[in-house]
Amino acid sequence: MAQRGIREYDGKRIIAQNWKDYFGDTFEYDFKSVLVTPETDFENLPKEHPWLLEMPLVAKPDMLFGKRGKLGLVLFKVNKPGDVTYQDAVNWIKQKMQEEVEINGVKGHLTHFLIEPFVPHKPEEEYYVAFSMGDEGDTVYMSAFGGIDVEENWDKVSEVLIPPTATDEEAEKLIKSNIPKEIKDKEKYGDFVVRAYKMFRDLHFAYFEVNPLVMVGNKVYLLDFVGKVDDTAAFVVGKKWGELEFPSGFGRDLTPEEKYIKELDEKSGSSLKLTILNPEGRIWTLVAGGGASVVYADTVADMGYVNELANYGEYSGNPTRTETREYVKTVLDLMTRNKHPSGKPKILLIGGAIANFTDVAKTFDGIIDAFKEYAEKMRQVGIRIYVRRGGPNYEVGLKKIKQAAQELGLPIEVYGPELHMTDIVRKALEEEKAV
Amino acid sequence: MSRPDYLLFDKNTKAIFWNLNNAAIQRMLDYDYVVGRSPSIAAIVAPTSERSFEKFFYGTKEIIIPIYKSTKEAAKFHPEADVLLNFASFRTAYPVTLEAFEIPQIRTIIITAEGIPERYAREMRVKAKELGKWIIGPATVGGIAPGAFRIANTGGTIENIVASKLHRPGSVGLVTRSGGLFNELSNIIARNADGVAEGIAIGGDRFPGTDFLDHMLRFEKNPQVKFMILLGEVGGEAEYKVVEAVKNGLITKPVIGWCIGTISKFFGGEVQFGHAGAKAGADRETADAKNRAMRESGIHVPNNFNELPHVIKGIYEMLRGEGKIAPIVEPEVPPIPEDLNKAIREGKVRKGTNFICTISDDRGEEATYCGVPISEVIEKGLSIADVIGLLWFKQKFPTWASGFIDMVIRVVADHGPAVSGAHNTKVTARAGKDLMSSLATGILTIGPRFGGAIDGAAKYFKMAYEKKMSPNEFAEYMKNVEKIPIPGIGHRIKSTKNPDKRVELLKDYARRNFPKIELLDYALEVEKVTTSKKENLILNVDGTIGVLLVDLFKALGYSNEDIDKLIDAGAFNAFFVLGRSIGFIGHYLDEKRLDMPLYRHPTDDILYDVKRPEGF
Repeated sequence: MAQRGIREYDGKRIIAQNWKDYFGDTFEYDFKSVLVTPETDFENLPKEHPWLLEMPLVAKPDMLFGKRGKLGLVLFKVNKPGDVTYQDAVNWIKQKMQEEVEINGVKGHLTHFLIEPFVPHKPEEEYYVAFSMGDEGDTVYMSAFGGIDVEENWDKVSEVLIPPTATDEEAEKLIKSNIPKEIKDKEKYGDFVVRAYKMFRDLHFAYFEVNPLVMVGNKVYLLDFVGKVDDTAAFVVGKKWGELEFPSGFGRDLTPEEKYIKELDEKSGSSLKLTILNPEGRIWTLVAGGGASVVYADTVADMGYVNELANYGEYSGNPTRTETREYVKTVLDLMTRNKHPSGKPKILLIGGAIANFTDVAKTFDGIIDAFKEYAEKMRQVGIRIYVRRGGPNYEVGLKKIKQAAQELGLPIEVYGPELHMTDIVRKALEEEKAV
Repeated sequence: MSRPDYLLFDKNTKAIFWNLNNAAIQRMLDYDYVVGRSPSIAAIVAPTSERSFEKFFYGTKEIIIPIYKSTKEAAKFHPEADVLLNFASFRTAYPVTLEAFEIPQIRTIIITAEGIPERYAREMRVKAKELGKWIIGPATVGGIAPGAFRIANTGGTIENIVASKLHRPGSVGLVTRSGGLFNELSNIIARNADGVAEGIAIGGDRFPGTDFLDHMLRFEKNPQVKFMILLGEVGGEAEYKVVEAVKNGLITKPVIGWCIGTISKFFGGEVQFGHAGAKAGADRETADAKNRAMRESGIHVPNNFNELPHVIKGIYEMLRGEGKIAPIVEPEVPPIPEDLNKAIREGKVRKGTNFICTISDDRGEEATYCGVPISEVIEKGLSIADVIGLLWFKQKFPTWASGFIDMVIRVVADHGPAVSGAHNTKVTARAGKDLMSSLATGILTIGPRFGGAIDGAAKYFKMAYEKKMSPNEFAEYMKNVEKIPIPGIGHRIKSTKNPDKRVELLKDYARRNFPKIELLDYALEVEKVTTSKKENLILNVDGTIGVLLVDLFKALGYSNEDIDKLIDAGAFNAFFVLGRSIGFIGHYLDEKRLDMPLYRHPTDDILYDVKRPEGF
């Protein structure tokens, strides 16, 4: 992995926990945020956080997607801004958790929310600051026009490139000499940005955006925060992050099969991935390796059969025989639930590139185990199997799988490295046309 | 170095391998042997290794490669090495690279670790460029210069390397991001053209040390490379740099390009295809956009991955037709001797063993004593005596037998500080020696005169009983033929009137628990004869143990011959050695506790009678 989005809640928590090291007493940040999940006990929450009952609140989903204001997913008023009570927030969240919503074309359910105090302020107090990481260096974005319309005012944003090898002093100089002219208290704003940038860099953030940033005296309010960290740096700064979860973000609700494979993957040292694209599709894939799996999916689509592509997935990193069997069984189970309405046989592509050191014969043992359990259903539904794989012991593996399939009465074609990796896709689709 | 700038590796390249990764190093040396070059690894760096060298195979011969604590030291002793194979973990790879930056002779650094923080990766890239050094990676399998130099595991097994023609140079400059598809591409190139001239997998990280273009510019200058193949991925902008270079005429050789991940357009951001990094941040970064841009710049782009071989074949045959590529005479490939252990595992060869073990096995999930897992020994409450039964005699003793053995051990555990073994132990401990030495000096006194009577008693009483000698005949025999006192008979102070309580207890136990005590009964008859001559010529502890052990093994089903073998092997004496070691260790610990000084024997306790040799 690498750059991972983190929850707004976690981002603010990390900032608050490390505040003194970077901002000392020069700036003050009163961290008041609670994360609400389907497990939250709303009765007891105010006991831990008494301020929930003492001040007007704001509530919003905390699931990595942005533009919540524009999506109407920020609760800051019932009748007028700043009148949201704890009970209002709870009711709103409970209701939102039940509705199916569509975000960026993806339908699903909201599960995580953030509750914070409502901070009354004037639009002219809304600043913007962000840091990102790029090829040539880090970019600092500064603007006096924060808030939900920052993108419309992007021409007012000052962008400063900080080279990867710049010292703290060089970074400070670059930032301070590029503060947008519209900012009133340049010294205070500049001081804050310099310190925040150092925090961004030291704590291995990959993205860090505060919008809007409100500064009143030496008090700082981070009204909205978006952040990503480089999760590979956990061994360097993991302690400073504290306990940090990397949510997969808002997405379609996982099917039970996807969930099962995800859990299998999390428990295993190997990689097991499964996404159902179209359970009614006729072309199913079982591909070893991340790169190869993409190539097979590409090829099916590029040959014009994307509508028939049922799943995407891969297994790699030397899964055990049991893990492979479970993975394959999950796919076979989905595949054999119904006959295809057209009456045509389904296609199972067992593919992979030439392995470096993975024992191909061993991997195939797990597949054969699953075949044995599902042979009858496979015969009923009608499945043609196409295999292509290379690497250590591939001859033995291919022989085994061919023999097993034939004994089970399953039509199969097997190929080694002599056949181009994706040529089984072509063969399958050509025979398909002939049927 | 006489190597042209555009070559990172040639047949003479020597590398320093950071990390004692035996398998990868051996694979490189196997490759060296197959392509007929000298070993490519000059030195290994392993700061935590206690060894100063490691052995490897080069063909059938073994060679020694030195191990150093730091890259600087390795470089100093191997000034010819200009490549560092940084196989350190993701935690260490960054400092190892920084160290290599300070070594002028190191020109190329390959970083394999996955999971190096991006900030560090980006910094390494910038610094390397400033220093004019080359980084390949991080997160890469590396690459290969066929016929010259193989980076670690690139190309997979030797069989695959030869099948994919990676053992001799072809005409294609290959760059990929993915290491997983590197072998596949090599295979495609071998089947549809004449093989790879140089191939580099730049690695899957966001900030690779060098990009496609960096290597393709080298390929452009390399006369061996006649055309290039680029396999890119969705995400990032690296392919556009190549597009620009083709447009600007920096690259003039034919280029074939393909970006994987064209599927993503059908599913938007909803489905993550491939690894997490392979995600288009913008339309420009999609596979389709990059394939389109490449095609427009004049790069040969197939319609899909399945057509890639045809495009490769087409370009190759065109260049062949133009006379730009000459046919290759395939070199002879020496077979790589098979690894013995692997061959044995696969049942291809057989080899006699040098040792046999029938009492314990440490190869399975858990070590066993005579087939019984140690946990079972504990769970079933087996005693020390039971363990002795398993390990010395390969059987589970019945309760009466292990009860007796346990008694024997307890009875012989110590006999005070004055006996020779204990004395030796104490003197040695006081000389400042360790437990082993002190215990050993004690045990070394055990023999015919000290502690050896158990064996002797067993041997002679058994012999006499089997030959059906009467007790009188036996006593006469020992006196006249063997000319020694009967072992196991006689005590310093104990007598018939003042019996040894230990002996009484042993006899009592045997009477109550042993199925049969033939030899004890016989020995007691002999005792009657000897005590009639002198009161203290009783059957002593050693004698009792000796004859009762014979009775014990007989009851366990051992034949007379089996028991003779046990006695000859010292098995009976072993009970004394084991038991008495408890006492010796006690005496040793006692001395350490008391912190007694070196012992020097008083001169008035020695009779000095020293005379100069006559006539000298």
